[in-house]
Amino acid sequence: MRVWGWILYGVLAAIGLGGFFLRFATGHQLAGYGSYVPWGLWVAAYIYFIGLSAGAFLLSALVYVFGVRKLEPIAPLALVVALASLLMALVTIWFDLGHMERFYYVYLRPNFRSMMAWMVWLYTAYGLLLLAELYYALRRHLPRYVDRGGITGFLARLLVKGRKTPFTQEEIHRDEGIIKVLGTIGVPLAIAFHGGVGALFGTVVAQDLWHSPIYPILFLTGALLSGGALITAVYVFFWPRKDEEWRELSLFLGRIVLGLILFDLLLEWAEYSIPMWYGVGPEFKALWSTLFGRFWYVYWVFHILIGVVVPIGLLLAWGLRGRVKAIGLASFLVAITFLAIRLNLVIPSLVHPKLEGLMNAYRDHRLVFAYLPTWFEWSVVVFSVALGFTVTYVLVRILPVIEGKLLKEVA
Amino acid sequence: MKTAFGFPNLAVEVGMSEVESRRAFLEKVASTVFAGMVLGGQPVKAGAEPAKVELPPRPPDGPILPELEYEDVLLRMQRDLERALNKGTTPKWVMVIDTRKCVGCHACTISCAVENKLPPGVVYRPVVEEQVGVYPQVTWKFLPRPCMQCDNPPCVPVCPVGATWKREDGIVEIDYDACIGCRYCLVSCPYQARTFDFGENWTQNTPGQGQMPYEELPTFEWGEVHVRKEGVIPNSPVGNARKCSFCLHRIEHGLLPQCVTTCIGRATFFGDASDPESLVFQLIHQPNVMRLKEELGTEPRVYYLV
Repeated sequence: MRVWGWILYGVLAAIGLGGFFLRFATGHQLAGYGSYVPWGLWVAAYIYFIGLSAGAFLLSALVYVFGVRKLEPIAPLALVVALASLLMALVTIWFDLGHMERFYYVYLRPNFRSMMAWMVWLYTAYGLLLLAELYYALRRHLPRYVDRGGITGFLARLLVKGRKTPFTQEEIHRDEGIIKVLGTIGVPLAIAFHGGVGALFGTVVAQDLWHSPIYPILFLTGALLSGGALITAVYVFFWPRKDEEWRELSLFLGRIVLGLILFDLLLEWAEYSIPMWYGVGPEFKALWSTLFGRFWYVYWVFHILIGVVVPIGLLLAWGLRGRVKAIGLASFLVAITFLAIRLNLVIPSLVHPKLEGLMNAYRDHRLVFAYLPTWFEWSVVVFSVALGFTVTYVLVRILPVIEGKLLKEVA
Repeated sequence: MKTAFGFPNLAVEVGMSEVESRRAFLEKVASTVFAGMVLGGQPVKAGAEPAKVELPPRPPDGPILPELEYEDVLLRMQRDLERALNKGTTPKWVMVIDTRKCVGCHACTISCAVENKLPPGVVYRPVVEEQVGVYPQVTWKFLPRPCMQCDNPPCVPVCPVGATWKREDGIVEIDYDACIGCRYCLVSCPYQARTFDFGENWTQNTPGQGQMPYEELPTFEWGEVHVRKEGVIPNSPVGNARKCSFCLHRIEHGLLPQCVTTCIGRATFFGDASDPESLVFQLIHQPNVMRLKEELGTEPRVYYLV
């Protein structure tokens, strides 16, 4: 099993590196999007990853800010996953830029009327906050590792300045206080930046399907669901000790995931049912093509069947009755298929022409109202996924993330 | 029954076929002219008075009085342009497109691509084509679509780095050296008037060696010199959002936009809307003027005569 996992990782990493080099060597030429569908898989993947990050972070905030002690064991892991997903998101959207070398212009000459500028600034603040929170969550364990060699020892010496005496209860209490303050800043920050991503789409008056006040809320719920499901799946499958505590916490997380699936479905119903009822107009047309168009299966198979029906069935029939692996599988399916929701959010509005007849005006493969991600685009997304996994794995290897210990010590 | 120009066809209404009426008309004209030649300056005798001649149908924009000399609108617009550039205050540039005169030849699209050396996939002024009706009761309508240079442009506030803005003269400008290529403006334009330069070339994947000379020429958009080049760090405007500039670089040198000078039907007009003497001022104050997607409140600077 473990061997197959590493083989899979190796294959993904190879594909990802291929995409990475192709992106630099050929720019955007191998991508399938054009000027009428300017955003494609990379933007969808980016909002998917950033949602995972916001969701994982908000889960950790349940512990650090709202004092849900039950979830305490997974809080540092949630922070690590949030950090890795943030990195995945930023790398993916960086690849999407036409001029990657100019990304820092968003810092040098921001236009704060643009939701995108806000987003980048808030991400930066959020990324720094994550690092600080992780530092205060982990440093109490570091004195034990100061004498070690390798990167763990180096980091331990660097971060606690060579201190060998363990942290006292008082000091730990003080650190918890600092984390609480950071988390308290972080919650509105996460709501702002992810709600902001929703607003980035919702404010576009030209895209009828996006131009809806429900978008920021939909994005936040989606973040909680996808991020929560990801942490649940990671916890169920990869937590080193599968004891009674693990079992109980998995059941707790399973119930949260089920509740969030249902709540997300409710918001989706609100978003879809109203334009569908009036049955005319561009919103209706875009939704109709989402549901019954060429890519109907993205909605019905990947989202509704694998992302909603099967997980709910797994949770109700087995998971919440004590079969913990079913909770893990259900959460894994929810987290993975969430990309289908993000794709259906970005693409259908764009493939709908804003001026009838524009498609007849000029023949070019970049000026069409159709989009299918190319293998190149998928390979770049695979690069981000492999990168995120690598970062998470390396961090749990070199830092005492799991129960204050390194992965090797608890495994 | 209406003719092609919208005038009632009298001949058909009184029951004659069009061919017959034309023949009858020509006979009358010929006999009148002939009679005039024979009779010289003498008055025509009573009784021999020629039957009343019906004037041939005229296009609505033709000369009202036949004795007036016809002047090409380009000359008028050229004078308007010179006046606007010399008056000392900032002009208010607008474009007017007479959809009734557009024949769908796409010459403006092509001349624009030539003027700005546009690569494949980048187009500033496509002519939107739409079929009206079903064969055989069918016709086409044509709608050239430059950048609307909106007074309330949705593409400007979304730019994260402020690389695009509204100029005082009304043109929405892009700084190609600041644009990061995020394509948020492409998504935000309700007219889809912005296109992305993917770094493709016309000679790409064609037999032959290297690029054609026209592909290596610089573009003078926005009054700057840019030489395209793809690569790890592409040379702008590769990797940028691009759009129609109303040929700002030509206007600054006293030339009309390329699409205006190329229009074979004289269907495109350009000028200063703050000058009541200008042709465009008169055109945009006609009752048959409209703008695209008025309901969005974008206040386009491109007017259509319908």
